[in-house]
Amino acid sequence: MAATQPQIGEYILHHLTFLTNKPQTSLVNFTVIDYDTVFFSVLLAVLFAGSFYLVARKSAAAANSVPRGFQSFVEMLVDWVDSQVKDVFHGTNQLIAPLALTIFCWVYLFNFMDLLPVDLLPDVAGAVGLAHLKVVPSTDLNGTFGLSLTVFILMIYYSIKVKGPLGFLGELTLQPFRTKNIFVQIPLSIVNFVLESVTLIARPVSLALRLFGNLFAGEMIFVLLALLTLVHSYAGLESLSGWGMALMQAVLTFAWEVFHLLIITIQAFIFMVLTIVYLAMAHEHH
Amino acid sequence: MHINLTLVIQMAVFAVLIWFTMKFVWPMVLGPMQERERRIAQGLAAAGKGEEELRQAREGAESILREARERAGVIVDQAQRSANEILEQARSTATQEGQRLLAAAQQQIGLDAARAKEQLRQQVGSIAVAAAAKLLEREIDARAHEALLNEFAAQL
Repeated sequence: MAATQPQIGEYILHHLTFLTNKPQTSLVNFTVIDYDTVFFSVLLAVLFAGSFYLVARKSAAAANSVPRGFQSFVEMLVDWVDSQVKDVFHGTNQLIAPLALTIFCWVYLFNFMDLLPVDLLPDVAGAVGLAHLKVVPSTDLNGTFGLSLTVFILMIYYSIKVKGPLGFLGELTLQPFRTKNIFVQIPLSIVNFVLESVTLIARPVSLALRLFGNLFAGEMIFVLLALLTLVHSYAGLESLSGWGMALMQAVLTFAWEVFHLLIITIQAFIFMVLTIVYLAMAHEHH
Repeated sequence: MHINLTLVIQMAVFAVLIWFTMKFVWPMVLGPMQERERRIAQGLAAAGKGEEELRQAREGAESILREARERAGVIVDQAQRSANEILEQARSTATQEGQRLLAAAQQQIGLDAARAKEQLRQQVGSIAVAAAAKLLEREIDARAHEALLNEFAAQL
């Protein structure tokens, strides 16, 4: 391989850098914006909401017509999400099912961006003068935490709404350790609170990190496969080993794309199901 | 790996998207679906009911047909019976008439025979008188011997 270490490092780093208003040096800095994440997630949100809204309007306007094409697909998806929600959650809540549909579709579209050729959109952006472009919103921690923290807020909201502030507090402090002696219960409650808080906070964190980790790793594989022909460029096609490299990249990328198609669907599904489960738990009394 | 303002923007976009889906997508897709489901169930129930009604109607038609067939049989029987009666009556009437005619004819024949006998007797009397006159060569006074002649004729 003729590629040199600096070139490879530069290429990978290029694919890991967001398009921001200014470089971010610290871990948390709320004056920085990832334009690419915001742009693509809003674009995908509009794609999802717009296409589903058109179907919904058509479906509501002509209730007697036989559904076909995209309408059937949307209805199948809605029906499927509805049954998933009904399997887990038995109360009445107008929010959970639409929330689950939104999460599944939006996260799936996030993840699907990973299947686009890894250099396609960044090169287009480079041609119009943008230095960096990360096209997969779910490889941005802000993207995945944006989802999971919103779910977390809803979890807290419904816990307090259903059980009352005291009920929610009791759930955090009166289990798993419980005793009838009030003087023993006080120190136990502190232990309980620590344990339950960790459990509670672990939920959004694990939601966000699971999705991020899977998609980040998937994208990294595509970047690494792209390295096979990085330095050769078109000149590599003059030699037999260059052709071998190109063929190897094509075959491996295809195989990973197929496998990744499974992963992105499963990740979207897991995020949706866990959200339903967490919100159902928020409605349950202990 | 970093957390920045994008997080807040993502949460806001997500919240708006949830609201939009909840308000404009979910009920407008699921509502017509449930409505369609209800209509299909209704249609199937109506089809079942229609089938049941058809079966009942068929049964009713069959029973009416069976009844009509029975009644037709009864009517044919009656007709045959009355035809037989009429035939029987006609036959007995004809027999009586024949016997009556036969009796009348026999009576007529009796009368005719008696009349012929009478004439024969009278002619035999005349012939006998003529024969006797020839024998006696003299005219017998018919009037004087009438009683004798009649007695003779009655003996024939």
